[in-house]
Amino acid sequence: MRARVLVRPKAGILDPQGQAVERALPALGFQGVRNVRVGRLIELDVDDPTELPAMCERLLTNPLIEDWEIEDGGGEERR
Amino acid sequence: MKFGVVRFPGSCDDVDALQAAARVGEAVILWHAEHDLQGVDAVIVPGGFSYGDYLRAGAIARFAPVMAEVEEFAREGGLVLGICNGFQVLCEARLLPGALLPNVSLKFVFRQVELDVVRADTAFTNGSAAGQRLSIPVKHTTGRYYAPESELGRLEAAGQVVLRYAPGHNPNGSVRDIAGVCNEAGNVFGLMPHPEHAVDPLSGSVDGLTILESMRAHVEQHVLA
Repeated sequence: MRARVLVRPKAGILDPQGQAVERALPALGFQGVRNVRVGRLIELDVDDPTELPAMCERLLTNPLIEDWEIEDGGGEERR
Repeated sequence: MKFGVVRFPGSCDDVDALQAAARVGEAVILWHAEHDLQGVDAVIVPGGFSYGDYLRAGAIARFAPVMAEVEEFAREGGLVLGICNGFQVLCEARLLPGALLPNVSLKFVFRQVELDVVRADTAFTNGSAAGQRLSIPVKHTTGRYYAPESELGRLEAAGQVVLRYAPGHNPNGSVRDIAGVCNEAGNVFGLMPHPEHAVDPLSGSVDGLTILESMRAHVEQHVLA
């Protein structure tokens, strides 16, 4: 299965990267931008998708500072 | 007193840590791929960019073969000191509470900072006095200490906050100016500043030696005695 893991900084954790992006957009003329948070996207092919939560908890994320969400990546596995 | 300094691919302060430890005892390198602590009395997990710091700082290194032995050593009460990247590794391994996030400035900081000793009765600070100032350099991009508010209250109450950045010296936005924390049992300690870079008058401060000398005193009194 092709899977997609979305990793986000936990709510309440200061995200200076998001703040930097939020400041940069108006400078380019894009107004009305709020609450920018920058996370991480991990795409992977897995034989057993039921193992994904354990992968997230043990390595792909640090659950103390990050939330994760698993999505079906769709499409064919890459060969 | 024998110190062991872990060397991961990407470690870069292992030699300084080895030389600093050699000033207060015997010191050997522990190779990351070997399940062997060589009978050391204390382990130092040094600074650098272990395994490239890929994914998150310390995230891959915590699964290095030698870390299984380090974790067992820590569980048995052995002294483990994590410096900078070593602190990140120990947090990722859950041997220490909390996590290290990117500096609020998003910039690499490299400067001498003043630290307040909060707890002078630990295995790592017994050579200092509570309230004493230590001058030790920091150099990192990911050094903002974080723990959830509820956990912070617990850490403070349990006396696990060992070092704080002195007022005005917090270089990274760490919560409550926390520079170094220990585990509940007090035998595992991590800090972002680099004591191994402050051991010779030539570099401006010898305050880093206090940490290593405290470890030696603790081991000589409680382990080797």
